[in-house]
This record gives sequence, structure tokens and C-alpha cells, in this order.
Amino acid sequence: MIPELGNFALVLALCLALVQAALPLAGAYKGREAWMALARPAAAGQFVFVVLAFGVLVHAFLTNDFSVKFVAEHSNSMLPTIYKFAAAWGGHEGSMLLWILILAVWTLGVAAASRAQPLAFSSRVLGVLGIVSAGVIAFTLLTSNPFDRLLPAALNGNDLNPLLQDPAMAAHPPMLYLGYVGMSVPFAFAVAALLSGRLDKNWARWTRPWTVLAWVFLTCGITIGSWWSYYELGWGGWWAWDPVENSSFMPWLMGTALLHSLAVTERRGIFKSWTVLLAIGAFSLSLLGTFLTRSGVEISVHAFAADPRRGLFILGLLAVISGGALALYAARARLLVAEGGFRLLSREAFLLANNILLVIAAGAILFGTLYPLFIDALNLGKISVGPPYFNPVFLLPVLPLLYLLGVGMHTAWKKTNWSLLRQRLLWPAAIALVVGGTLPWVLYGHASVLGTVGVMAAVWVACAALLDPVSHWLSRGPQARISRGQWGMIVAHLGLAIFVLGVTVTSAYSVEADRSVAPGDSWRMGGYQFVFKGMRKVQGPNYTADEGAFELRRGDKLLTVLRPQKRTYDVQQSPMTEAAVDAGLFRDIYFALGQPVGGKQAWSVRVQVKPMLSFLWLGALVMAGGGLLAATDRRYRQATAQAREAAVVPGESSAQGA
Amino acid sequence: MRRYLVPAIPLSIVLVLGGFFYVGLYRSPGYIPSPFVGKPAPQFSLPDLKDPKLTLSTADLKKSRLTLFNVWGTWCVECRQEHPFLVELAKHTKIPIYGLDWNDEREAALAWLADLGDPYQKVGFDKLGDAAIDWGVYGAPETFLIDGDGMVLLKHISPMTPEVWEQEFLPIIRAHCGTLPCPLVDSE
Repeated sequence: MIPELGNFALVLALCLALVQAALPLAGAYKGREAWMALARPAAAGQFVFVVLAFGVLVHAFLTNDFSVKFVAEHSNSMLPTIYKFAAAWGGHEGSMLLWILILAVWTLGVAAASRAQPLAFSSRVLGVLGIVSAGVIAFTLLTSNPFDRLLPAALNGNDLNPLLQDPAMAAHPPMLYLGYVGMSVPFAFAVAALLSGRLDKNWARWTRPWTVLAWVFLTCGITIGSWWSYYELGWGGWWAWDPVENSSFMPWLMGTALLHSLAVTERRGIFKSWTVLLAIGAFSLSLLGTFLTRSGVEISVHAFAADPRRGLFILGLLAVISGGALALYAARARLLVAEGGFRLLSREAFLLANNILLVIAAGAILFGTLYPLFIDALNLGKISVGPPYFNPVFLLPVLPLLYLLGVGMHTAWKKTNWSLLRQRLLWPAAIALVVGGTLPWVLYGHASVLGTVGVMAAVWVACAALLDPVSHWLSRGPQARISRGQWGMIVAHLGLAIFVLGVTVTSAYSVEADRSVAPGDSWRMGGYQFVFKGMRKVQGPNYTADEGAFELRRGDKLLTVLRPQKRTYDVQQSPMTEAAVDAGLFRDIYFALGQPVGGKQAWSVRVQVKPMLSFLWLGALVMAGGGLLAATDRRYRQATAQAREAAVVPGESSAQGA
Repeated sequence: MRRYLVPAIPLSIVLVLGGFFYVGLYRSPGYIPSPFVGKPAPQFSLPDLKDPKLTLSTADLKKSRLTLFNVWGTWCVECRQEHPFLVELAKHTKIPIYGLDWNDEREAALAWLADLGDPYQKVGFDKLGDAAIDWGVYGAPETFLIDGDGMVLLKHISPMTPEVWEQEFLPIIRAHCGTLPCPLVDSE
């Protein structure tokens, strides 16, 4: 009975989404206030019913209701409670419901903050979000209903995929979806602005904090996912250019470009076409990711069960949402008139370069991801594209981007004085050259060209980011305060520098060995001494495991004992590698068990010493922190009051601050 | 003219991509062509689930002109979903069905067959999953179509349904029959 309530709640949510899509848009077109006023209550009502539906699904998991097919497929009575909760999004159907829930959360947020905007505009925004929501709810109800019953009911469930039985599972999908789905907000703002024909600075200002917030979540989501695959998949890699990883990374690149392009549109009233296209592109790539993961057109560790009907439905959604938005753009592009020009040496020009390079990077990844599909569709065979393609085509636009970034941060709007700029950047450039050129030699005794270029880029970006705070601190002048938004930029770019340093050093200086070891064996690697003490059996709540004990020593000192496991889960019986990692700020030591060899307690084991890997996660989190600072800048809270005035006198808004 | 053409470029790119996706949907590249198709079935010998004194081996699969070989387990929810259709197939066609009970408990498997019906001539009891590895099984249910020479004609991953039967199995079976109507699948 209760699962049917969930189904019913979802149907009601669909009805409200349809109301939210149809009436406010029609009202804005016809100028009927009563219709437009329905947008907010419809959004709130939809939120309530979606939460109810999601709650019912979680309830079915917690109470082991194996008459619900989705629960029977993804849970088991022996599954620990935390994973029963997370199993609600451990498969296709439930994760679609999570998608809907998160869209409802964003919609509610937009609705709550929309009182500052003109009614016609906020109605259009909520209307567009309503269209997206109605499409996704209809998709879920018609092709992937998580409340479908299984008759006769299973005695016990099939259990959650052991790969997903990990604390990160509780955090990774919600975070990632908050980012993915959050890109629907700038999309809705862009379409609303195209519909009204008014793409002004206010529109850019309203969009910016939402975009930054979605970007922050996306950054965290991708980072957690990468960290998870690092310690869970057992090969010690953190990024594999897997189609599904790519489909979260492409919206991130587009979102990053959008953030920067929005800055230009807000301050200077130019790049409007770019900004609109990037907003549409970022969300379209999010939807494309959904399509690629759920239609079975791509092979991936992340892919859900293949079903062409689902694929067809999402493809239709993609055609309506992205195709519709781009058709609207094609019709309205003439209206997007720039409000001013700029010189070659100006912040605008550097941000344009940022945009172009980021879009090239995203395009190259898109091409590589879809290439196997093209080849197959043209009957030319079945191939796969991997790191030998992705690494160079990604570095090619991104390395110049890093070097330009350092200059771009210190250029002024409209026009920059070249000799002044040169003077300011002399120190950062000198430090980057010296530190970047010597650090690898000092620390590791050898250096490659790419490694040196990478370390130099990281130091350069870090110095450029810190230049303003340091010179302010040195001069102790109270005159020019650094605003919260600027701090956000500084911190985010510093995070990028930390990330680049981590990636470069880890890629260049990791050492790795596959050995077969017997108890008592001892060996040296990367300056450490390892001793294999032996194996034992361990009983977990729903698995049994072989656990190895490896002493990690430096000199005579015992640093720690690492205990990697090979688990066999009771229900699914698939062996899982549980790596043991001794993580430090400056190096990770990574142990993964392979197979028993020969008998006599000998095992194969993979050992990796990875310097500065922590910098990678740290850098990404610092980047996200910078975003959070920027999103909560006072300007956006003040924008509320300003926008109200602007709504009365259109076009009267003035760019505020430097 | 340019005023309208240039802004339409993004739209055209998306439309072309959409065309590729549409084609891609029906090509199911998720299924890598099985290396077993067109090759002899792997050699194996397992105790029979129903009578441990008997065995199921590759020779059993060559007894009929065409044979279905179905991999299942009581832990597999989708097997439960396809099972009624296998029972139907056993009733209405003359193609024998053999089973491979994979990673399972004997009592649970016997109870399953007693409850849901038994479409199988014999079921190999593969408790440790060794035979399943030889057959390249990577998830239950999987169903193989094998001819009288022991050649694998077709491998299907995921549950058997009437659509799968119509679209994937029947064309190959009819081609193999050579005559119309095909006595293996058409009742006189």
C-alpha cells in the first residue's frame, strides 16, 4: 500500500510540474498576472510531493519491502542500514527519483529568491524549470518507475552492488546531481531572458550566484567520485577518462567557462551570445550525460542497464529542451547587442581566451567520448578511445590557459597598461621560473619537460593569485579592500594551482610495483621498507575477507601497518578489492591485494607510492571553497534590493564595484 | 541571410548529434560481440542439480539439432522475472533447455524449481562458478543457443522475453531450420 502512495505522490508532482510549466509561461506571454502567480505555489507543492515520493522509497528500503522490484534488486536484509539508505539511489530508477528531488530543491530555492525579480521574468524561469521537471518525472513514471512491484515478492533482495557499499556512495551521487541538475538554473534563466528578449546586466547578476553554487557542488561531486574510484576500484588511479566521468567533467568545463563569461556580461554588458550558449551548453551536456549513462549507448563501469526505450525518451527530452532552447536562440540572436567594446589587452580579452580554451577542451573530450559511437553508427567497427587520446588533447588547451590565467587576473576591464602589468608580474614570473625549474630536481633528482612545465604553471598561478593579498598586506594600506567576491576568485585560483601541482607531481613521480610476496618477505621501494607479516580471515557484517598485514617502515621506525582486504560479499559473491592507503599530505602509500599465488600463503600485491596525491583532492576542495566565497558575496544579497528598483525602471541598473 | 544562418549553427550541431544518438540507440554497443559466438561450446562437466549422480556435460548440449543453455541462480531477481517465459518455451517448442545453476545452494535451487516450474532437461550445478567462467558468463541471466555440432550460435545477456525471442532467437532458428514451417518452433 505504501509504495502505491509514493507512486501517487509522484503522479501528483507531475501534474503540478505541468501546471508550473504551462500557466506561468502562457501568463507571461499574455500578461496575465493571475496565471503567473501560480508558478511559486506550484513549485512548492511539487516539492512537497516529490519529497513524499522519495521518503516512501527510502521507507521501502529501510523496511526491507522486497515486493518492490527496485528494492529487491538493490538491497538485502543483511545490508547495513546506512547503505540501505544510500541504495535508494544505487540503481537507475531510484537515482532518477534523486534527480527529480534535487531539481525540486533547486526550483524551490529559485522560487524563494525570485520575489526580487519582475514577475514575468521569474514566471518564465520557473516555467522552464517546470518543463524540465515534467519531462524527467514523466520519464521516470513511464519507463523507470522505482515503485514497480515484483510478484511474487522475493524472499530476500539481490543486495547492493558491493562496489557501491562505501561511505562515499552516500555523498557522491547527491553532490554530483546537485551540480548536474543545478546547471538547469542558469539554463532556465537564459531561456527566460531569451523569451523576454531582455538580456541585460541584471539577468547576468541574478544568474551568477546560482551558477557558482551549482559549480561548487559539481566540483565536490566529481572530486568525491574520483577519490572513491581511487581507493575502491583497486588500481590506484584517480581518473580514467571513462565516458561517465567525462560526462560529469564536460558540464564542469562548460560551467567554469560560463562563470567567467557571466562576469563579463554582468560588468560590461558584452559576450551575451557566448553566455547564453554556455548556459544552454552546460545543461545540455548534463542531460547528455544522463542519456549516455542510461541508454546503453556507451560501455562503462558506471552504466546502468541498457534499454533503448529509455534512451529514446531521454533523447526526445534532449531534443525538446536543448533543441528548443537553441532554436529560440537562433530566432532571438539578433537582439543580443553588445553594450560596449574592448581592447586586445584587457580583462575581457583574457576571459574570452579562457572561454575559448575551456570550450575547446570540452569539445575535444566530447568528441573522444562520442567517437566510438560515430564509428559504430557509420558501420566502421567497434573501437574504444582512452588516455592516449584524452591526455594530450586535454593538455593542449589547458596548459596555455594556466599561463594566460596568471596574466588575466591582473588585467583591468576595457584596457590595461602594459608596462604596469609587466612590472607587477615580474616577481611571480621569476618565482615560477626558479621554483618550477628547480623544485623537481631538489625533491626527486630528475625532471621531465612536461613535469617542469606543470610545476611552473602551478607556481605561476599560485603566485599570481596571491599577488594582491600579499602586496596589500605589505603596504598595509586600508584604501583598497579586497571584496569577498575577489577573495573567492583568489582562493579558487589558488586551489587550481594546488590541484595542478598535485596532478603533475603524482603523474611524474609515482612508483608502482606488482610483486608476489610470502609472509616474512621484506623489500624496499620509494625510500620505504615494507614487511609482509601474513594473512588472516576477517568477518564483516555481510562479507568475509582475506586481510593482509604489511608493515611500513622508514629507517628503523615502524610508521604504520597497512591492512588491505580481498572481500567476498555473501549475496553477490563477487570478490572486491579493498585497498589500504596510508595517506599523507606529501605522499600516499597504496596497497591492493591481487590473488593468492601458488599456495603457502603467498599473494600477489600491488604497491604504489604516490607523491602529493593529497594535493589533488585538497586543490579541488579549495577551488570549491573559493566558489562558495564568491557565491555568498554581499553584492548578490544587495542585488535583491537593487533589482527591485531596476524592475520598476528597466535598464537603469549600474555596474557596481570595480 | 548571415544574420539568421550563423545563430543557427549550434542548433544544427545538436540536430546532427541527435541523429547519431538515434542510430546508436538501436545498435546496442553495450553488448560486445561474444567471443564464443561461432565457436564450439566450451568443454565442461558438472553434477546434475536434481540428481547428483548424473552429470551435465558438453555432450548433452549436442543431442538435439538446437539447444538452449540458460545461466541462472536463485539470488538473481531478473532470473525470477524471465523464468515463466522459459517454462512457456519448454511447453510450446521442441528445443530442449538446459540450465546452469550458478553460485547457488542446492536446496534453494530445488525449491525454486518446485515453486516456479521446471523448464530444464538437466541443470548443471555450478556451486563454485568454474564452468561459468569457461562460458564467459558475466551476469545472470544469460542464454546461449547451440547447434547439434556444439557451436554457439547466439548469446543473449539479460532476461529472455517474448520480444527477445521473436527478434533475436527466431530469425536464427528459422534460418537454421531451412524449411517453413520450422518443426522445432511451429506446432503443426
